[in-house]
This record gives sequence, structure tokens and C-alpha cells, in this order.
Amino acid sequence: MLYAILCYNQEDVVCAWSKEEDEAVMQKLGVVQQRLTQEGRLGPVARLMPTTAATTLRKDREPPLVLDGPFAETKEQLLGFYVVDCESLDGALQVAKDLGKANPGGSYEIRPIAMFQPGPAGA
Amino acid sequence: MTELSWIEGAITAARPQAMAALVRYFRDVDAAEEAFQDACLRALKAWPKNGPPRDPAAWLILVGRNAAIDAIRKTSRNTALPPEHLLSDLEDAEVEAAERLDSAHYRDDVLRLLFICCHPDLPATQQIALALRIVSGLSVREIARAFVVSEAAMEQRITRAKARIGGGDAPFEAPGPVERAERFGAVAAMIYLVFNEGYSASGKAVEARGALCDEAIRLARLLLRLFPAEPEMMGLTALLLLQHARSDARFADDGAAILLEDQDRSLWNRRMIDEGLALIDKAMLKRAPGPYQVQAAIAALHARATRAQDTDWSGIDQLYATLEIMQPSPVVTLNRAVAVAKVP
Repeated sequence: MLYAILCYNQEDVVCAWSKEEDEAVMQKLGVVQQRLTQEGRLGPVARLMPTTAATTLRKDREPPLVLDGPFAETKEQLLGFYVVDCESLDGALQVAKDLGKANPGGSYEIRPIAMFQPGPAGA
Repeated sequence: MTELSWIEGAITAARPQAMAALVRYFRDVDAAEEAFQDACLRALKAWPKNGPPRDPAAWLILVGRNAAIDAIRKTSRNTALPPEHLLSDLEDAEVEAAERLDSAHYRDDVLRLLFICCHPDLPATQQIALALRIVSGLSVREIARAFVVSEAAMEQRITRAKARIGGGDAPFEAPGPVERAERFGAVAAMIYLVFNEGYSASGKAVEARGALCDEAIRLARLLLRLFPAEPEMMGLTALLLLQHARSDARFADDGAAILLEDQDRSLWNRRMIDEGLALIDKAMLKRAPGPYQVQAAIAALHARATRAQDTDWSGIDQLYATLEIMQPSPVVTLNRAVAVAKVP
């Protein structure tokens, strides 16, 4: 089953990382990703730009309203996601724990995927 | 990353908001700084033991405030607050505090704190030094290094600046829309000064002062997060990102400056450029142009050209023409003349 691992963390903390700290985290995450790739279990991976670059379209009215910023004002922001193939929730949790060791702080939401279309863009 | 460096990161990130709230509470920058220092020391003790709090800024505000009140009570020989270990479980109090300090409050607090540093009586260099010390929390040594002066001289400069703003006319009431816009303009200009202080460095100073560029971007992002619909703030953030993206290509190994058209564009930071382009794109949708957006749009045209000869000079000429109307200056006219000469 495919799982999405949604990465939530405090954006202002992540933005305060020095270039070296950021690179160190990315490198550690890369080791986990490489292992998953070798096992043929890693799908798309994305790191999102800061929420300051986000725009929200509210469709509950006509014409829809365009708002600046992320959809939800939360303490921790959605900063990225992984798609991983796992046998069970237990397996997905293990992947999330491995990623968490490489990138402390924040939370991962593990969400089974109902429909998945990798699509040609960005490949 | 070790746990300790996570804590340091959380404190650094929480600093502007926590200091801003404490300054509102104490109405005094020194008292707020002392309370914040105190709270940080307690955080270094409590967080590794109890785990990081859900809202580090709210925790630091609450503990800083309590510590200061505690100190006052002790000196006046009244009943002291319960000892720290009894206070260590702040979960409930913290949530409550976080709710009270809603984002609207935070916004004006942070804007005020930055605005206090932009006091018109202070020369630009003192405004910058003060903002770096109070808002960003850089040490006097770091700031002195960035300005290439001795630590003692910088210490004195900051003390003098603080004495000047301590005069008492710092605006603590909530600002109206006009005042907010004024504060916004002053603060944006100050952030741009911080950036330029780093950007204009050359030779050996590049490394030491380059940090100022990162700090300016952090402050710009902070303000943009608090005021997400402000097109000029998007423009300023985009401008800083697009300029800073070129930093690895701006100097030769011997320290000589390399002109924009001669730079190795593969050294430009793609991530910063993409974010800058996304922000200026978003700002333009608002159809409320301003000088920062126009300057960012000019930087964006340079960033979009994969080779120097691909630069859209007639687009740049038009943008400078707009800037000449908004913000006439000899430098703008000169830059425009350069662009005109390049139009095929």
C-alpha cells in the first residue's frame, strides 16, 4: 500500500537553520531516501517553499476568493511530503521514525493513499 | 542535528516574537532583554528534560514574565512565586497564554519592536545595530565583526542607541491603519539597510558581513508571514532573495568583484531564485505596484536570463522608467541609461 508521509514542522525554526545545518539534515534524509530507493519503495518526494509563497483559493463562493498564505494557520506548517510503498502501517511508521531521526522536531502525518497518479510532470 | 542545536534553533526562531511581547509588557527594552535571557537559561534546563514545548515563543514569554515578576517580589520581600520545578509543567498555562497572544497581537508586537529600532533620531548604522542586537539576538561580538569595529565600540554604540530610544516616546498603543502603514515603510527600509550592509561588503569582510544578508531575509520572511497580503513585503523579500542568490558568483577567487553580465550563472542559488520569482509573481497579481516590487521585477528579469545576452533589456528599461516616477534618483536614472544602451 502507498502511504503519504506529510512533514509538519515549525517553519520559522527551519528557516533559522544555517546553510550548514540545512545541508546536514538534507544529507541525513538522503541516506534514508537512498535506502528506500534501492528497495524500490520510494515515490515522489517534495520539499515545499515557505508558506509565505503560498496562495489559497477559497471555492465556497463565486467567484472564488484568492487569499495569501497557507490554507490553515497552524503552529506547525506542511513543509513537504514523501510517498512510500509499505506493507503495513507498521512499516510506514518505521520509515517515518527513520526520517525523524535524520530530521528532529515537528511531526509526520502518515496517511494511506487512496488514488495515485505519478504523472509525467517533473519526472 | 543534536537536541541542543534544535533548542538553539527554536530559541532563535522564537526570539523576535518573544522579545516583542516582553517589550510590550515591560515597556522597556532592557527589562525585556533581561527577562528573555532568564527564560532562555530556564529553557536550556527544562526543555531537554521535559521535551520541547508546543509553542516555544509562548513558553519563553510566560517564563520570562514570571521570572521578572518573581525577581521584583523577591527584592520587595513579598511572597515569592512557586519554585521553578513546580512551574515546570507549563502545558495548561502555556496553551492559555498562546491563545491570549493571538496572531494579531503578535503581529503588531513584532512590528512595534522593529519600529522602535527605526527611531528617526538614530543614524542608519545604529538602527541596524540595534535591530540585530534586540530583534535578531546577534551577539555584540558578531555585530562588531560585521561592522568591522571593535567589540567595545559596538557595545558603546548599542548602549547609546538604547539610551536614545529609552527616552519614552516609543509607541505602545495598538497602531491604526495609517500608523501601521508608516511603521511598515520604516521597518521595510531598515531591513533593506541590514541587507545592503551585508551585500555591499567586499574582500575579507564578505564572509563576516554575508550573515547580515541572511538575517535580513529572515526578518523579511518574518514580517511577510505576519502580513501575508502585503505586496511590498512580498516585493522586498523577493528582491533580497534574488540578489542574495548571486552571492557565490559575485567575487573572483582573488576577491575582485565580478560584474553581473560576467558572472557564472550556474553558481546562482536556484532555490532562492525560485522562491524570489514565486513571490514577485504573487505580488504582481495584486496590481498594487511599489518600489520594492519594481526592483524585484528587475532582479527577476536578470534571474530569468540563462545567459547575459538573453537579458530582456527593454523590459528592464520599462521597469526603471516606472521606478524613476515612483522613486526618482540619479542612481535610478543612471541604471536606466545603462539598460537603454543595451536594448538592441
